Amino acid sequence: MPEILALLIAPDWVRSLTGERPPNVFWAEYIVWPLIQIVIVLFVVLTVVAYLVYFERKISAFIQARLGPMRVGPWGILQPAADGLKLLLKEDIIPIKADKLVFSIAPIISVVSTLVVLAVIPWGAAWATIANVNIGLLFVLAVSSVSVLGLVLAGWSSNSKYSLLGALRSSAQMVSYEVGMGLSIIGALIFARTLSLSGIVEAQRADGLPYFLFQPLGFLIYLISALGETNRAPFDLPEAESELVAGYHTEYSGFRWALFFMAEYTAMLVTSAVAVTVFLGGWYFPGLDWIKSNWGPNIYVLLSVAAFAGKIAVLIYAYMWFRWTWPRYRYDQLMELGWKWLIPAGLANVVLTGVWYVLALPEAQGGVFGFVKQTAGRYVPTGYGKIYFILTGFIITIPLSWALLATINRRSRDFNLHDQRQLQIKLRSERIKRNEPVAE
Amino acid sequence: MEKALFIIFAVVSVAAALNILLQRNPLYSALSLVGTLIALSALYVMLRAQFIAAIQIVVYAGAIMVLFVFVIMLLNAPKEAPYIEKHKALRFLAIPFAGLLIAEAFYVIRLVKPIQMPASDDSAQAVGTTLSVGTKLFTDYLLPFEVTSVLILMAIVGAMVLARRGED
Repeated sequence: MPEILALLIAPDWVRSLTGERPPNVFWAEYIVWPLIQIVIVLFVVLTVVAYLVYFERKISAFIQARLGPMRVGPWGILQPAADGLKLLLKEDIIPIKADKLVFSIAPIISVVSTLVVLAVIPWGAAWATIANVNIGLLFVLAVSSVSVLGLVLAGWSSNSKYSLLGALRSSAQMVSYEVGMGLSIIGALIFARTLSLSGIVEAQRADGLPYFLFQPLGFLIYLISALGETNRAPFDLPEAESELVAGYHTEYSGFRWALFFMAEYTAMLVTSAVAVTVFLGGWYFPGLDWIKSNWGPNIYVLLSVAAFAGKIAVLIYAYMWFRWTWPRYRYDQLMELGWKWLIPAGLANVVLTGVWYVLALPEAQGGVFGFVKQTAGRYVPTGYGKIYFILTGFIITIPLSWALLATINRRSRDFNLHDQRQLQIKLRSERIKRNEPVAE
Repeated sequence: MEKALFIIFAVVSVAAALNILLQRNPLYSALSLVGTLIALSALYVMLRAQFIAAIQIVVYAGAIMVLFVFVIMLLNAPKEAPYIEKHKALRFLAIPFAGLLIAEAFYVIRLVKPIQMPASDDSAQAVGTTLSVGTKLFTDYLLPFEVTSVLILMAIVGAMVLARRGED
């Protein structure tokens, strides 16, 4: 615990900047140092977000055997700057029939609620984290649940049928996929025993393995729900171009539109960052401790930040890959996947992980196998324990949940659209057989 | 510092709460309610009840308010304020009732005794953390917790039964 608390302490040069004596470090630790961190994180993240758009265009181009942006700078690498300038200089159009106040605050709600989450994400070891909050994960879920409001209000205030339909779809989708996302994380929390994001990284470091090995089903559910939560393809129904023009931001132009785009890509970055923190070991990689003792603390922190960024980049590449290679889901398929597969699978994962964990506890704690030992105030799986958790996760949890859900979903088909349609066809054919009048 | 933050969030929450009543457009009222809830959750954080603060945002500002806004959008609320029937007699009754409420509020404020705030870094004493709430919920208050969840399950099943379409 003291190691985690040490994350917040400002370095000496900040303290000399505020000129405070050691016991009184309020300004250095709560005002000046966090402000410096926030400015750096915002600058880096917003630049990265601008370049994510560039990479999205490049990757989509390569997948479709095109070249993508090539004109602005070598290989088009200055394209984001040109786009940003264009969007800033564009005319800001507010439709006459729009609700002006709500129309102008909706993009702000959207952007702010995604940017606030950046404050609690552990970007790296030691001083690279802005705030290590005791309720970290809950904070992330809470703030990102508010971002739905931005989309809903944008759609409503535009006074346009495309915007309204897009907003209805996005709010229904995000509210449903949020549940699955929250449930998928709980399994990993059973192992970490903390909600603090830095604490979860430290727990994976102490356990020796990233939690996606113990929680394959949870990781899978999280990845799929995160796609739905960020409105990315194959779940990009809220902005399905062929049906809704552009969804909730149809009526937006210029920089307000850019704010929505920024919010969308930042949300992608944030969900990937949470996935990396909870399931992929965060900023830690094997050999980092050796680097700390041999190369000094600063290189150690910088390398940890690089490791975190690298893991995020892999996930974001996967997101883009999914988007340009998979067709879009139909709306009822989307809801069925969310409510009848992801949420029950998340519940099954919580229950089964709980059972495996209790069985692995030592006998004094009410367990059977004793694969988990208490060392330094934490429960750490032993060598056999690691193998046990990986095997139960991959070989029992996934097939068991799958079999269970497949059986239940096959038997409870009365809410199933396909089944209803088949029933109507059957009734209609029976009426035709009896020569009764049939509605066309 | 803590006092300054308290004043900021208290003013925001009270102003937003007043705005709920003063707005004619239901959507603006709903948005003001979101503002109130967020300011209240900031106050919870200052009382070192971080868990309640986060849950307040997840449940109310996130889920329930989105549903409110959803319903307001779907019902397509009329732009003009609805006609309100005015009873003269009720207006005269309202004044003593308001006085009663204010007197009650003052009585409660006088009744409340200042309590000792738990130290921020004392994790064993902290009452508002996820650890202490979870421990209490699954040991001392296990039966009420389970009964509540069964109640919610009943509500869900009831909604399913009511929403279910006939076979033909």
